[in-house]
Amino acid sequence: MINLNAKIPEGPLEEKWTRYKSGSKLVNPANKNKIDIILIGTGLSGAGAASSLGELGYNVKVFCYQDSPRRAHSVAAQGGINAAKNYKNDGDNTYRLFYDMIKGGDFRAREANVYRIAEVSNQVIDHYTALGVPFAREYGGTLDTRSFGGVQVSRTFYSKGQTGQQCLLGAYSSLNRQIRAGKVTMFPRRDILDIVVIDGKARGIIARNLITGEIERHSAHAVVLATGGYGTVYYFSTLAVNSNASAAWKAYKKGAAFANPSFVQIHPTCVPQLNEFQSKLTLMSESLRNDGRIWVPKNKDDKRPANDIPEEDRDYYLERRYPTFGNLVPRDVASRAAKERCDAGYGVGKTGLAVNLDFRDAIKKQGKDAIENKYGNLFEMYKDITGIDSYEEPMQIYPAGHYTMGGLWVDYELMTTVPGLYAIGEANFSDHGANRLGASSLMQAAGDGYFILPVTINNYLSGEIRIPRIPTTGAEFEEAEKSVRERIKKFLSIKGKQAASSFHKRLGKIMWDYCGMKRNEEGLKKALVLVAELKKEFWSDLLVPGEGADLNQELEKAGRVADFLELAWLMITDALNRKESCGAHFREESQTEDGEARRIDSEYSYVAAWEYNGENEPILNKEPLKFEFVELKERSYK
Amino acid sequence: MNKILFSAISKKFVMALAGLFLLLFLPVHLGINLMLLKDDPEPFNNAAHFMATFHLVKAVEILLLLTILVHVVYGIILQVQNWFLRPVRYAVRNKSETSAFSRFMIWTGGAVLIFLVIHFFNFYFMKLGLVDGDPENFYSIAYQLFSIPGYVILYWVCFILLGFHLYHSLQSAFQTLGLANDFWTPVIKGISLIYAVAVPLGFAIIPLFIWLLK
Amino acid sequence: MKLRLKIWRQKNAKTKGAFAFYDLDGVSPDMSFLEMLDSLNKKLIEEGKDPIAFDHDCREGICGSCGMFINGYPHGPVPGLTTCLLSMRYFKDGEKIVIEPWRAKPFPVIKDLIVDRSAFDKIQIAGGFISVTAGAASEANSILVRKKKSDEAFDSAICIGCGACVAACKNASAMLFVSAKISQFALLPQGRPEAKERVRAMIVEMDKQGFGTCSNTGACEAQCPKKIKLTNIARLNREYYSAF
Repeated sequence: MINLNAKIPEGPLEEKWTRYKSGSKLVNPANKNKIDIILIGTGLSGAGAASSLGELGYNVKVFCYQDSPRRAHSVAAQGGINAAKNYKNDGDNTYRLFYDMIKGGDFRAREANVYRIAEVSNQVIDHYTALGVPFAREYGGTLDTRSFGGVQVSRTFYSKGQTGQQCLLGAYSSLNRQIRAGKVTMFPRRDILDIVVIDGKARGIIARNLITGEIERHSAHAVVLATGGYGTVYYFSTLAVNSNASAAWKAYKKGAAFANPSFVQIHPTCVPQLNEFQSKLTLMSESLRNDGRIWVPKNKDDKRPANDIPEEDRDYYLERRYPTFGNLVPRDVASRAAKERCDAGYGVGKTGLAVNLDFRDAIKKQGKDAIENKYGNLFEMYKDITGIDSYEEPMQIYPAGHYTMGGLWVDYELMTTVPGLYAIGEANFSDHGANRLGASSLMQAAGDGYFILPVTINNYLSGEIRIPRIPTTGAEFEEAEKSVRERIKKFLSIKGKQAASSFHKRLGKIMWDYCGMKRNEEGLKKALVLVAELKKEFWSDLLVPGEGADLNQELEKAGRVADFLELAWLMITDALNRKESCGAHFREESQTEDGEARRIDSEYSYVAAWEYNGENEPILNKEPLKFEFVELKERSYK
Repeated sequence: MNKILFSAISKKFVMALAGLFLLLFLPVHLGINLMLLKDDPEPFNNAAHFMATFHLVKAVEILLLLTILVHVVYGIILQVQNWFLRPVRYAVRNKSETSAFSRFMIWTGGAVLIFLVIHFFNFYFMKLGLVDGDPENFYSIAYQLFSIPGYVILYWVCFILLGFHLYHSLQSAFQTLGLANDFWTPVIKGISLIYAVAVPLGFAIIPLFIWLLK
Repeated sequence: MKLRLKIWRQKNAKTKGAFAFYDLDGVSPDMSFLEMLDSLNKKLIEEGKDPIAFDHDCREGICGSCGMFINGYPHGPVPGLTTCLLSMRYFKDGEKIVIEPWRAKPFPVIKDLIVDRSAFDKIQIAGGFISVTAGAASEANSILVRKKKSDEAFDSAICIGCGACVAACKNASAMLFVSAKISQFALLPQGRPEAKERVRAMIVEMDKQGFGTCSNTGACEAQCPKKIKLTNIARLNREYYSAF
């Protein structure tokens, strides 16, 4: 068992962070120069943390698998970034943002962490604006905000449909400034194949240079994982196709607890699968649901083109089931409802795995220009991919894996259960509970990177100042490199018949069917068996062409899929353990009479932090969630 | 500092300025040439004489020669440098859409340069006394040249190519000098077109008129 | 759909490459160009051959990883699309498709269709930032920006750094890329204080990386998947001259 001490500061909610900052230890500027930090991932959290740590004076080594840090998948976030600025005078404040997140997360997040991220949200906007992020503005020159993700205040800052790219470029520019200053060294095109732990502390990594195939050792006083989520476990997801869980998984295997791995957000509005070689499901911004109406035919066998189906034969199922929120119900509710309709045989499109998102009425009411103004770029993108003109006929959409609320367990300082190993952004579990509110992923990633980690990490590093630069020749590095090399050799020597991606696709199907939007005991147990079988098959029938000492994209894939196969097993185990429904985790056994999610606070008000236990069942550690400042309520969107 | 002064953009800046200066000179030259259309050789010869002897013009002349030199030398240097930037060429011709004639500036420019050299041998060097002939009677020399069909065809071809060169050059110079935006660029492109048609046409009609009228 | 593919194969930066020919059957018009290559790779792997290496990641046209020279066009013949969003609908059954890597001296080939674009990073490291330390920023609304300027800055900021402009340019010039970066900062008041240092540093680095000069042919603008405008280059020039 691990001791899960969240180290939450005493005191009232709104004073915790201030108290923490007043009490935590600092590192003398002259000593920072002697300390090395390894940072993995260059998205909003990683690039933000790297630049901030560089600004503080630490020596930072940054790794990413892309050819440039500017390509990390934060780049694809569309909708926006939240902050409690209350620029619209609509009654927003830090508490309200905190409360919306806690409630949106279905009371499965840690109060203190969530309040803190709401607290730093304003600073994030200030910083990005100063960095030159071109957020949308009003005519008076002030920043514009919009209402997003079903909340009642307008707190989402945005840059048209590409807030993620603009924020990422801001973060990338501050990273570049530190590279020029010599405080940050960038190592692009590297896969992280192991975390090195010496005397119980994270001290380095084993990386593979993706161009030369060289296995490299890098040491540091602390290691920070900013590696994002693991949604690609479903194969089809809104993530970049190379997004992976390998570094986080290696951390888990080296002793970092993995929290709530089964909490995965499925995004309701994505482009459905169109062909057998499709590699991803592109997200269409949720904002489309503000004006688009979702429907399927009332009659299963109605194969008429959408426009030929008259009003009385259409089932606007969200409006029917949720008269108050209608098409704007939270993501998990909308996703499940779509799956339910399609599973019942009402789906549209070639595969029957899609529902209509119709703008006919909005265009009639507001005019085509108004709709084009709001969603022009999205309609264009949809047309590029599918060839369908959504001004003329409805879009077809379907849910896809999107964001993982689960991740490495971290305490209030964002440190995992391995001392000196940190996890920030989507890679950790801390702020979104069982479901994430729209536009809060960018906020959390940036907040963690710029304003939280650079404060909390000092508290640990202040104890490391006497440790000289860590040599990479120790037994632990030898051992780690050896096992990495052996694994690569193994991949290359199986010489079976199937490419890594075919296993990945099959794994994704299992996870989607049994550990996706709806889960039940029987299905999950079946999935455990299926995943175990697939894993066995993988290790006996994998085919990786080429060699290790070379750029070998198939070898990269093999490593990622091997880790996904193990992670999937943990996700299913976690989903099996949590017999309640909460947020995005829907257990069919735990639902109300109307088919809504039913939380069981008496039994499951805890964070499930899984501990690696070799080939045996992982050990479940529970961090009880105490709600001292909010009252637990049931979500209702009726 | 050297790197900044001799950056690629600085070179382009000099080329653009030089080019614009040459663009100013062309209509002056055309104005004098149009006097060839008169039956009386006096005005043309007088103008040529004035251009050859007036001190201020002489100063401008030196500037003009230097400008041509800079424009040509820089143009060639930059072009040669650029040619080496794609050591492995595309197997399929690059079909990226480009503005008209812009890809052929070195060739149209080269043609104009060749014409310029011939032109220098026919007139300018005579004035300097480098070749035989009477610099006081350019009028009759011009008529003599225009009576040779081969020369006139070469003359026309060169002026058509000059037109191509000019069409891109005017707008491009403004762009290089940073004088372009959504409002003015279309206007400048319009002026480029008018200039690029009018000036070469002005030169080209002279032999035609001489043939038809005399 | 059936396709006849002619693809550049090159083992690594040191070896000489050559074209290889592949016949590919079973291509669906719903596929993206990269998915078409995925299907070819699957076939190659199953035949025990080395698959074609190409850069790709987000597959939704925003990360800028992918890019190849397709039948004479960077990112293929359809304007405004990255290779990953280029649908096979735009190709005919039986069509011959020639696929080459970006060709430019500053973008050396790493393997097959993958080129090294780190020169772009280096230009931005030289000065593509606003020097503000985390924590030093003032309240966001204390900086007022005219909406028109802000929108213009956004239009420049949408550059995804794919390198199509360099690939399209007859001079392998990076002016469109650099100008987009310069413009974003130049148009915003936040970027003004160090505008001069920025443009000088980035131009010197651009030259050092060996990119060509701008001949104003407009090929970059025509091929830019994000439709970055040529007027950015004029602005870059302006910024540069006023930096002395």
